[in-house]
Amino acid sequence: MDAAIRQANRRLARRLVLAAVAAGGLGFALVPLYDVFCAVTGLNGKTGGAVSAGAVAPGTADAARWVTVELAGNAMPGLSWEFGAKRNRLRVHPGEMVTVAYYVKNPTDRPLSGRAVPSVSPGWAARHFKKVDCFCFKRQQLAPGETREMAVTFFISPELPAEVRALALSYAFYPIEDGS
Amino acid sequence: MTAATNAASHDTQHGHPTGLWRWLTTTNHKDLGTLYLTFALVMFLVGGVMILLVRAELLLPGLQVLDPNLYNQLVTLHGLVMVFGAIMPAATGLNNYLIPLMIGAPDMALPRVNNWGFWILPPAAVMLLLPFFLAFFGVGDGAAAGGWTLHNSPLSLQAGIGMDFTILAVHLLGISSVSGAINVIVTVFNMRAPGMTLTKMPLFVWSWLVTAVLIVLVLPVLSAVVTMLLTDRHFGTHFFIAAGGGDPIMFQHIFWFFGHPEVYIVVLPFWGLLPHILATFARKPVYGYKAQIYAFWGVGILGSIVWAHHMLTSGMPLAGNLYFMYATMSVSIPTAVLIFCWIATIWRGSMTFETPMLFALGAIAMFGIAGLTGLVLPDVAANAQYHNSYFVVAHFHYPFFGTAVLVMMAAAYYWLPKMTGYMYDEKLGRLHFWLTLVFFNVTFVPQFFAGLDGMPRHVADYALRFTEFNVISSVGAFLLGAVQLLFLYNIVQSIRGRGARATDRVWEGAEGLEFTLPSPPPYHSFTTPPVVK
Repeated sequence: MDAAIRQANRRLARRLVLAAVAAGGLGFALVPLYDVFCAVTGLNGKTGGAVSAGAVAPGTADAARWVTVELAGNAMPGLSWEFGAKRNRLRVHPGEMVTVAYYVKNPTDRPLSGRAVPSVSPGWAARHFKKVDCFCFKRQQLAPGETREMAVTFFISPELPAEVRALALSYAFYPIEDGS
Repeated sequence: MTAATNAASHDTQHGHPTGLWRWLTTTNHKDLGTLYLTFALVMFLVGGVMILLVRAELLLPGLQVLDPNLYNQLVTLHGLVMVFGAIMPAATGLNNYLIPLMIGAPDMALPRVNNWGFWILPPAAVMLLLPFFLAFFGVGDGAAAGGWTLHNSPLSLQAGIGMDFTILAVHLLGISSVSGAINVIVTVFNMRAPGMTLTKMPLFVWSWLVTAVLIVLVLPVLSAVVTMLLTDRHFGTHFFIAAGGGDPIMFQHIFWFFGHPEVYIVVLPFWGLLPHILATFARKPVYGYKAQIYAFWGVGILGSIVWAHHMLTSGMPLAGNLYFMYATMSVSIPTAVLIFCWIATIWRGSMTFETPMLFALGAIAMFGIAGLTGLVLPDVAANAQYHNSYFVVAHFHYPFFGTAVLVMMAAAYYWLPKMTGYMYDEKLGRLHFWLTLVFFNVTFVPQFFAGLDGMPRHVADYALRFTEFNVISSVGAFLLGAVQLLFLYNIVQSIRGRGARATDRVWEGAEGLEFTLPSPPPYHSFTTPPVVK
């Protein structure tokens, strides 16, 4: 190979290495990009964040329609708490403001903290499940042996598609290491 | 060319090192091609033995041979070994050996990089397999066991050191593939002989160019996602851990952003080989040369924007599911163009049915089944039934084994006499083809039915009603495995020079610069570039 070709080879190879490195960067960038894409298009199954109570006008409850809400909760590995909903199932009207209670107990002899992450099924109807106040917004810290009742206030948006008769709200309680 | 050059090319020409040192330090494209192909053949046999253990377990319901943990490790390793250890290195070996000969270049553009690219492969393979064997001596808890996609992110996060070994092995394999791909792109753009314009390049070179571009663009994404998995496991990040605001489904999205183009990385080089073989044995020029180039690019581009059809049951909104359904189905348009061109190439040709031609025709038929069963899978309404069932397992073995491996065997029989200078045993070759084709279908057709009936993949045991399908499938798999010994024997015989001498052109209808060289080609070829008219 003469020197000119050799140099041209090196130049093109360097550019291709840069392209590969950029592609690796794209791999990491996909993490925020997916979230941005879902936020812009509304194509996701995540529950909406907090909404203010004023977002729904009083008296808009659709008394003719019932939706079953099922409640569940699990403490995840690493957080040995007893955790669950006080009632497992209730029927609500779309638009009606509802408050339900979960209980949690720290049976260990150490103070522990955790945060609950909600999820709503079916995912494609999740954005119609509006949480006004939730214990999941805050970190929860329990002293040894402490028991606590925690409330979730929510309403189901009247825009919930008619074919949805039931929604399930489930919490996974994750441990938070001290200091984080 | 004379017989004297042939003899000289075997050992002493230009005084290159001999023995082990030659193979460790070689930067010669034919040496490295040979190494890649040998490595691929060894890994093909290793991955095959693994899956035969799995099929032995699945022969009858209940657990007889393996415990579920061992079973999951073998299934996972089988996938990783076959994709990254066998098929991709086989394609790289062929490009190393053939691309410089086909475009009239003296060697690959970056010979030293080529050497490094190969020699990271054996350590990567050791790293991948080591935890499996270490577990038998009480070290660690075995190899990765969450499937080749490392998909099941809770398992991937909780798994033992096997997962860390796998992640680092994937890094090495990725570096090897990307360096090989860069070498192909640079070679194709800078090293062509005078007169070898881009639109005169043989189709194998074109298909490898598309493959190489895909590799450079998506394999680093795989490295990125396994790096995130590694930091999630050991360094407190939460890319995929819901506790810290991460998203387990995100792993699947990023993995398949790499993983679906990877499917085309695996098969594209073999699609490019088919027209060479078909044209030779039909004694006609390739039909639709430009159409096939456009089809390669079309598949490459479409294949990169359809990844989430692997995740239609993951709870995506309907609009997302529909997009991925239609986009995926549209891949069938360029692939149909390819099949049409291949059939038109042999249409009314003066065909003869030597072993390479048999394998090539068999591969086209199997590729048709791959395409048709692939067309029902992305159907959103039907996918919930097919998802994670044996239907999927059967389906993806048609492009991987039915197309890639069958074409690889066609290519092996087609170019082996060129590489060794000696013919293989034609009768054994034909026998190998027919037995392979029959037993391949005996193995996988029952899996379509078992899958439709609801048999899930990745499970070591199954319900009694799947017994008949699995008995047939396992017996087929054992025979399919045994038949490959014929292939091994035939290759060894050709290398040892037991067959007739191959002519320079090898086949009566063969075209291409590689057939203007003697068989075997001299150690250094095209040091003065040929003139292409």
